[in-house]
Amino acid sequence: MEDLRGGAISLSYFLRVNRQTKGTSVWPLARGDSKMQVPPSAGMDTFPQLLIRNARDWGDRPAYREKDLGIWQSWTWLEVLEEVRKLSLGLKSLGCKEGDKVAVIGANRPHLYWVFAAVQALGGIPIPVYADSVAEEIAYVLGHAEVRFAVAEDQEQVDKLIDMSEKLPLLEHIIYEDPKGLRDYDHTRLHRYKTVQDAGQALLDNDEKLADEWFEAVKGGKREDVAVILYTSGTTGRPKGVMLTFNNLMVSVQNANKFDNLDENADTVAYLPMAWVGDHVFSYAQCITAGYCVNCPEGPETVSIDRKEIAPTYMFAPPRVFEGMLTHIMVRMEDAGTMKKKLFDYFLDYANKVGERILNGESVSLFERMKYAVGEFCVYGPLKNEMGFSRVRVAYTAGEAIGPEIFKFYRSIGLNLKQLYGQTESSVFITSQPDGQIYADTVGVPMQDVEVRIADSGEVMYRSPGAFLGYYKNDDATKDTKTEDGWVHTGDAGMFLENGHLKIIDRAKDVGKLNDGSMFAPKYIENKLKFFPNIKEAVTFGNERDYVCAFVNIDLVAVGNWAERNNIAYASYQELAAHPEVYKTIQSHVDQVNKDLAEEPMMAGAQIKRFLVLHKELDPDDGELTRTQKVRRNFVADRYAPLIEAFYAGETSKHVVTEVTFEDGRQGTIEATVEIRDMETYNSKAMSAIGEAAE
Amino acid sequence: MTVMDPTLEEVKRKAEEREVLLDLENVSLSFGGVKAITNISFNIKKGEIRAIIGPNGAGKTSMLNVINGFYQPQEGVITFNGEKRKSMKPHLAVSQGIARTFQNVALFKGMSTLDNIMAGRATRMKQNMFWQMLYWGPAQREEIEHRKKVEEIIDFLEIQHIRRTPVGTLPYGLQKRVELARALAMEPELLLLDEPMAGMNLEEKEDMSRFILDVNDQLGTTIALIEHDMGVVMDLSDRVVVLDYGRKIADGVPDEVQSNQEVIDAYLGVSH
Repeated sequence: MEDLRGGAISLSYFLRVNRQTKGTSVWPLARGDSKMQVPPSAGMDTFPQLLIRNARDWGDRPAYREKDLGIWQSWTWLEVLEEVRKLSLGLKSLGCKEGDKVAVIGANRPHLYWVFAAVQALGGIPIPVYADSVAEEIAYVLGHAEVRFAVAEDQEQVDKLIDMSEKLPLLEHIIYEDPKGLRDYDHTRLHRYKTVQDAGQALLDNDEKLADEWFEAVKGGKREDVAVILYTSGTTGRPKGVMLTFNNLMVSVQNANKFDNLDENADTVAYLPMAWVGDHVFSYAQCITAGYCVNCPEGPETVSIDRKEIAPTYMFAPPRVFEGMLTHIMVRMEDAGTMKKKLFDYFLDYANKVGERILNGESVSLFERMKYAVGEFCVYGPLKNEMGFSRVRVAYTAGEAIGPEIFKFYRSIGLNLKQLYGQTESSVFITSQPDGQIYADTVGVPMQDVEVRIADSGEVMYRSPGAFLGYYKNDDATKDTKTEDGWVHTGDAGMFLENGHLKIIDRAKDVGKLNDGSMFAPKYIENKLKFFPNIKEAVTFGNERDYVCAFVNIDLVAVGNWAERNNIAYASYQELAAHPEVYKTIQSHVDQVNKDLAEEPMMAGAQIKRFLVLHKELDPDDGELTRTQKVRRNFVADRYAPLIEAFYAGETSKHVVTEVTFEDGRQGTIEATVEIRDMETYNSKAMSAIGEAAE
Repeated sequence: MTVMDPTLEEVKRKAEEREVLLDLENVSLSFGGVKAITNISFNIKKGEIRAIIGPNGAGKTSMLNVINGFYQPQEGVITFNGEKRKSMKPHLAVSQGIARTFQNVALFKGMSTLDNIMAGRATRMKQNMFWQMLYWGPAQREEIEHRKKVEEIIDFLEIQHIRRTPVGTLPYGLQKRVELARALAMEPELLLLDEPMAGMNLEEKEDMSRFILDVNDQLGTTIALIEHDMGVVMDLSDRVVVLDYGRKIADGVPDEVQSNQEVIDAYLGVSH
């Protein structure tokens, strides 16, 4: 009820907003008087066909919402169908036809999701592109995909396309949604989204048969057609275009809907990059199939506020989002009053003991339940409300390993957080955790219709109806990844535990050996480091080396707050990273990781001997991370080769000059003298037992 | 689709064609014996971005204060929108369509971004105190209308995420943007910006430049700005007037001013 504090104006505005979002029975009526005739049946094979079904069955239910000018605007399924049809016909009048590729570049906006359906209705193939990519990256994807049309969100994206127009001779038309700043541009090849829609509407008004023709064309869509090409960000080399058919997505998504009982009553918030398969599935494929509502926030910075207002019932976030939220809460609790802090600590401690058992449906005594209910009232409820989790029935995390502590925290306060394992090539779902069988270190059991096996090399392989058709214009890569009989290499090393759950260890190609023969799984170690809130990113080296060394990136939020509370002044990331006290803290974390590794016989040999705190944050703009924030290991190794040499040459500090790209694309350099610290390693438990016996 | 840089002649011709919005003729201002402004004449034309530059103490801020009626010049004639000014007060300037931001941010620190910008609408609210205290009825309807306008400005300046954040806790660059938002809420015809980029980092400066151009281009607001960053001034402004020790030493399009020897000597510095 934060809004009430704003006084009278806010209250009335707030009430208006609420009338549109809260409660499930009163939805705003469809705008205007829709004269649209929805055909009784159009098939169930493609998303445009399902869109027609939704408009027919749930015509007055909300399909997409967007917060615009501070108010949530909704579109019902019927309205969405109308918007899509107008756009589709408008695109057709510009020359878009079957087989044409249409790029979609921008943040999560309903209008951009509709492009997918509008293009698919014409038999074209939409290609979502990462909106924060620099112009060259976008040009590569658009060039490779032979894109003829591009739909961009705003001036920023249009500018990138215009900059690259020389490299993109095939690109004919650019359509933009937000006209801000674009008025004076040359509009021969540039069109406003609304203008294109109006052109479509004008055609409809002039020709009565056109509506039926459009429906017929949609009906003609086939399951085997390519629905979308998603370019994987790729930790190595150029991005590859993964072709997914309607069948791939449809089967995968329908099984997932069944798995978690998702129906038209669900609500989700779309905030992850549209070009990422996760968002494409959660905010488009799954949404159309199940008929639930997708809510688009005002902008990337308002996601947490908007999520709180919407209170989604189904949500997905990579581990870093959950980590970020927890860090944020903990940082704020540090500044809270003593009473509040005591209450918070007491009940969180209690939730740690009981919460997960309640969530898993295990037997819990009445007293414990009552005490938990008090905790729910005082702490867990408000906490979940603050994070926007009040109504969540199912929340997923995937993409990376999540810290066991973080995972347990969310589950203990009653959030049904689960893990799944998937990739672009599998239309997301490979394995998933069924309710009640949740373990922090596994990714669950194979989904329906999915077969999973571990190859002799230790690599996880799967075969499923969701498995992709192939890489676009890259048969070699397709052959390398997908076998003749349909098994797909995931590139991940993993194993099945006794309970039938899959556990992922690392990228198969990253697993290496130290010179003494012990196994070195870099990501496994890095994840252990990253589970500390103070560490944002870590990169370890050790393959074919004598020992393991690590680069560490500190988390500016967590460490910055700590610095503030301890009166440590700093002007930049670089300065804070080099602070002796920060080094001391990170050193204690590394020490803890070594102790943990010593406990595990397989990993004990790969303890960290030396580490340094990197003088700059790893950044996608410098190519160090992918657009989905994954470390590009080899690139980082090349870029910081002098530091790695210093590691193995035994130096204790090293002066380096690093080139950086600023946000506006300009180049610069930063230099720093980076300190390298030595660490103590521990004998493995198993080893020391043998040692004792020998004595 | 490429944007060509216009030639000097084109720029000049464009400036000539515009109508005069504000005209200052032989304006002088002194505080006791100190002459802040001596016999200055220049004009601001409709739809242009006019920069006022000069070294410290040149009289730039005094000039802005004269324009928005905070100071009363002892001599000279000021014509705004074709009307000769007699006596002037800042609140009258606002009602005539002149809004400003300040060199040092002057916001209500404890209030949210939203409330600060709403404060900019205060002069446009028409309901009397009775209705406003009653809350329901005409005052509420009026406030919703104003809130719509404010939301448009929030969207325009991309500050949605800080709508409810107390302004005092915001970083400096954002506070400057909120101040600009509040000035825009008055829907001014002439916007006076006193060092909008002072104390900003490069990224914030670029954002602010973008917003100033957008305001000028899309809202059609005439802008007079004081700024020390020469790169910003030369890129943004249509015409520049240069002051030194309270006197005007140059006036023209950026290229002219940049090559004016007196300006180089007085302001941009020469090697001694």
